[in-house]
Amino acid sequence: MKNTEKTNLAERNPVEDIDQIVRRHNVNRGATIPILQDIQNTFGYVATEALTRVSDLTGISESELYSIVTFYSQFRLQPSGKNIIRVCHGTACHLAGADKITESVMHETGAKAGETSEDGLFTVEKVACLGCCSLAPVVTVNDETLARVTPDKARALVIESRDAEKEKTGCKGECQHGKPAV
Amino acid sequence: MGNLPYKVRVGLGTCGIAAGAQKTYNAIVPLLEAQGITPEKVGCMGMCYNEPLVEVIAPDGQSYVYGSVTPDEVETIIEQHIVGGTAVQDLLVLSPVGDTDDQPFMAKQHRMLLEHLGKINPESIDSYLEVGGYDATKKALSMTPEEVIAEVEQSGLRGRGGAGFPTHLKWKFTRQYEGEQKHIVCNADEGDPGAFMDRSVLESNPHGVLEGMLIAGYAIGATEGYIYCRAEYPLAIRNLHLAIAQATERGFMGKNILDSGFDFSIQIREGAGAFVCGEETALLMSIEGKRGMPRFRPPFPAEKGLFDRPTCINNVETLANIPCIISKGSAAYNTLGTETSKGTKVFALAGKVNRGGLVEVPMGLTVNEIVFGDLDLCQYDHKLFKAVQTGGPSGGCIPAALGDTPVDYDSLKAIGAIMGSGGMLIMDDETCMVDVARFFLSFTCEESCGKCTFCRTGTKKMLEILERITEGKGKESDIDLLEELGKKVIAGSLCGLGQTAPNPVLTTIKYFRDEYMAHVTDKCCPAKQCKALIRYEILPEACVACGLCKKQCPVNAISGERKTPHVIDPEACIRCGLCVNSCKFNSIVVTTGAPEPALQ
Repeated sequence: MKNTEKTNLAERNPVEDIDQIVRRHNVNRGATIPILQDIQNTFGYVATEALTRVSDLTGISESELYSIVTFYSQFRLQPSGKNIIRVCHGTACHLAGADKITESVMHETGAKAGETSEDGLFTVEKVACLGCCSLAPVVTVNDETLARVTPDKARALVIESRDAEKEKTGCKGECQHGKPAV
Repeated sequence: MGNLPYKVRVGLGTCGIAAGAQKTYNAIVPLLEAQGITPEKVGCMGMCYNEPLVEVIAPDGQSYVYGSVTPDEVETIIEQHIVGGTAVQDLLVLSPVGDTDDQPFMAKQHRMLLEHLGKINPESIDSYLEVGGYDATKKALSMTPEEVIAEVEQSGLRGRGGAGFPTHLKWKFTRQYEGEQKHIVCNADEGDPGAFMDRSVLESNPHGVLEGMLIAGYAIGATEGYIYCRAEYPLAIRNLHLAIAQATERGFMGKNILDSGFDFSIQIREGAGAFVCGEETALLMSIEGKRGMPRFRPPFPAEKGLFDRPTCINNVETLANIPCIISKGSAAYNTLGTETSKGTKVFALAGKVNRGGLVEVPMGLTVNEIVFGDLDLCQYDHKLFKAVQTGGPSGGCIPAALGDTPVDYDSLKAIGAIMGSGGMLIMDDETCMVDVARFFLSFTCEESCGKCTFCRTGTKKMLEILERITEGKGKESDIDLLEELGKKVIAGSLCGLGQTAPNPVLTTIKYFRDEYMAHVTDKCCPAKQCKALIRYEILPEACVACGLCKKQCPVNAISGERKTPHVIDPEACIRCGLCVNSCKFNSIVVTTGAPEPALQ
């Protein structure tokens, strides 16, 4: 499970990155959405400061850019957690119990759907169909797709990746999540 | 033993990868290399329920398909089959003798569009050329655009996106409008939850779609094409980019294609997560870089579309049919299907079925034939079969009683459902129809762009009523109110989203009113799905007090000492169902309706 690639903003100049993205796309008509998508891919989210810069460069008003970013569900205005857990809520997954999976993930991470957990480790999202309907219910963790997930498996998944994280950071905090992974 | 002329293919579509095909592939590569064989990466053959799939083609050309192949089983297959020459019977899902349980799933289909899926390597244009790829392009470019349109007219092809508008008419209209630059747009924003045939086609045969676009572009006089693909399909987008680059390199795309004087290029645009962008005018807005809000028609896109230029928008499956029709001729196509719905249609079977996946059958077969009956594609116990939902959130449900309805555009419309993009969701006695209606409506309500009042507010009000009913707080009059509101949302909405959003509610009320009534009057959910109306109980006589459920419960709602039957506190219980799954003695039951008198 790879963590989402995030750019360390301190190490590079975000304005330069944005300028480059806009320059790369500006030759095409109607490139607003690809520009915003590239910004999100680079930084993990679309910061309001980024919108200001794009507006300066393209002449598209900030309010219009904001209206686009809020219209499409793909865009995130806040940074995401270290791991993004997406629970598919397509029809087949719904019939196969996606609600229970989301609940179990939310319960274990402590984050509501669309939000990030307090420890910053997990962002939980409900998504429309991922197109793996015959293998429902489906969950993706970062770039990995998992098929035929059960609430148990989903919980174990969270615990597992939290433990892996703890091992990496050497956290020895009083952890309340000591329930055994199944 | 090197240089054995065996061929091995591993299915690496998204569903395959989700089922672990990448690990299987990684395991098979070194083992096959030792035998001097390089495995081929192929796309999805449609047997999603059996992924990961590994196909072994013997020296005599016979094909053996192994299903659910784990990395551990790879060695057995290679040792026994490729080295030893005997097929591993236990793992076979398709054999040349035709003696496996899964044989009917493939054998009873009529695969034209899906012919190459799972057979060719989507990352290699050579693999596509080997099976006659781009022959249709060569043929089309030797015809006049009018002849191409006439051929498509002859085939009787209707738009596969859902509405079923005759494809040749769209082309004709776009052709007749004057414009310096025209566009062909491929609608790959497959938003219907439960439909995945477009994803499969794009991933597994991207060149087929490109070829369809090129021919369409030639027919209508467009030199620029756009593919608008959902961002949720990263593999499809990747394979399309690769395919475009390869096609351009080989001269099937770009300037003066095959010395015909015709120029054509394609750009890919990623959707950003808005279901409404599947509607053609909203899709165009989105490509133009705006919010995807549908606009009033006329003018139709054929006259004023993308950047105000004449534009033809076709669905992935429609375009993927074009190379077939051109190279095999319209006669091979229009002899299949019914009077008004020609050819074959790909359906995505999912839900409560044993065999979920993609199937392609001629139009006009009945629901029963597809689901069980003659074709028995799903391998389904029809005693439990309750309904099938076609067309996703825009479609309607077809009850088992109407299982003899032929699946074609007009017959489905007549009973309140639609063909839609071809998702077929099979539901059984454990599916609550009110909950399904609520689910679809919550989706459309969330996805409404907010332009039309009835769609924006009407769907919200309908959703509130449905939520009320599933929570056991509904009134009898609510059902009539839902019907009334539903009709008004249909009448008062500009685009297809609003015009079809009430369909799931209206059809479930029409065919399953008793289930609604049970929720409203008896406060019970016959399918035992609606959380507010069900309770989990431990049967004291069956409970062995092992404590497993107690450990599993995330809210500590289960109590009980060792050796005494455990009890669930209904107040604390969040009805997550974890305890039921954990109980090895089936001692936890779900009940619905008013508590038994004995408990008072």
